[in-house]
Amino acid sequence: MKPQTRWMWLVSACGAVLLLLGAPPAHGQEARVGKLAGRAAKGKPLYTRYCAGCHGDDGDAQGENAQWMDPRPRDFTTATFKCRSTPSGSLPTDQDLFNSVERGFVTTNMPPWIALTPQNRVDMVAYIKGFSARWRTAQPGTPLTIPLEPAPTIQSILHGRELYQRMECWKCHGPAGYGDGPSAHELTDSKDEPIRPYNFSTGSRFMCGTTNQDLYRIFMTGLDGSPMPSFADQLKPAEAWDLVHFLRTMQPLKTREAAIWREWVSTHGRELKPIGPEGGGQ
Amino acid sequence: MIARFTALVALVAVSGGVAGPPHRAAIAGTISGKVTYTGTLPKIRTIDMAKEPSCVTQHSTPVTSEDAVTGPGNSVRYVVVYISAGDQGAAASTDTVRYDQKGCLYIPHVAVMQVHQPLAVFNNDPTSHNIHPLARVNPEWNKSQPKGAPPIRTTWDQPEFIPVKCNVHPWMHGYFVVLATPNFSVTDSSGSFSLTGLAPGTYTVTAWHERFGTRSQEVTIAGSETKTANFVLTARPY
Repeated sequence: MKPQTRWMWLVSACGAVLLLLGAPPAHGQEARVGKLAGRAAKGKPLYTRYCAGCHGDDGDAQGENAQWMDPRPRDFTTATFKCRSTPSGSLPTDQDLFNSVERGFVTTNMPPWIALTPQNRVDMVAYIKGFSARWRTAQPGTPLTIPLEPAPTIQSILHGRELYQRMECWKCHGPAGYGDGPSAHELTDSKDEPIRPYNFSTGSRFMCGTTNQDLYRIFMTGLDGSPMPSFADQLKPAEAWDLVHFLRTMQPLKTREAAIWREWVSTHGRELKPIGPEGGGQ
Repeated sequence: MIARFTALVALVAVSGGVAGPPHRAAIAGTISGKVTYTGTLPKIRTIDMAKEPSCVTQHSTPVTSEDAVTGPGNSVRYVVVYISAGDQGAAASTDTVRYDQKGCLYIPHVAVMQVHQPLAVFNNDPTSHNIHPLARVNPEWNKSQPKGAPPIRTTWDQPEFIPVKCNVHPWMHGYFVVLATPNFSVTDSSGSFSLTGLAPGTYTVTAWHERFGTRSQEVTIAGSETKTANFVLTARPY
């Protein structure tokens, strides 16, 4: 080895060590969704223009409009997010945040930002991640694996109904899914603000999506920051799908599940035990 | 060349600081005392569990809220007294801290544990609970635990006073107190606490109560002696 080469070697080794010790971690200011790479610097002006009015310049949910809103805007400084594919208590993936910005939240003031380009949205996600130090110290959780959906049958719907009783979903969401269970009126979110459980009779959109997969993900990962807990430790995948099929029958939609259910109820309705404190579910 | 590089890396690793083994001296002092309050107590609420009949039947006498439990001589229960500065720190105990849900109450009301110490939450009720630790420094999570479900096992990475609630039964409130020190004590119904096995040194002793705030004082342990440290907290009506 020439002396010059040796010298270069030492410098680069020192550089590598310094980089490992001192360099600020980069992932707090970047986002990646599919082939798109988001940059916080690009996201900042977009955030100031479209988001800061409610979420605040500092991401602390203290924007000038926030005081008039129910529920309140998300506080990005806590890094707690409702719609995640990751386990309760872990950070969401960039894709999760991207989907939330694109979709908006039904029953809240957050609109779908589909009018912005995907590149805009991924830049905003990168900027939002700068509001909490958690993005620099922790990694997003491992996304939930959702197995292929089995076809709905009357057996799966009836089993789902039994789970709705046994998991005590009705305590908040009500025996018929109207969001009027015995605990519904006293629910508060993590900031002690009153919050209502989802009313299944209101339509097709859930807090975190519209599809059966979205519904599966919602109750398995829970909505962090809200009273909705995670059921991932309690339900096996097959059971979770059964519950999805039953929940679909509570919506005023012409779904496959609803058709199967209506036909069965028209002949067997009297065999059903009501859901509730006395109920056996099936 | 390679040797020089290795030496450099080793130097960096050592200067980064490696925690020593837990320090327990043969000479062991004790700090004990009593926690009392002055001021006006909040109104003690009677909990109405009518919504959950399976929990009503588990209690023969009316149940009251546990956020301000006091006794004779103005003593205060559920005060966490701990060494907030001056001790050496120690590896987390591997004993699992048990937290029970029974009769729609948290038992104990305040559970104290070290950072990284295992915690297990049990549901002994014939009903569903959701365990929702409202952590700010640590990650907040919320998990359902139906009747008969296995315990939820977890640990906490940062010291924090974490309020715990069950959204289904909004009267259920408790605390996970996560501390960096192994030296802590929770006051009993007479307001008494005792911190034992302390090596000689000067310690900051802190008393924390969920409603009445925090008080600290310095105590010096010279040898195998018992020092008294009493705390007076200020009660506020709301």
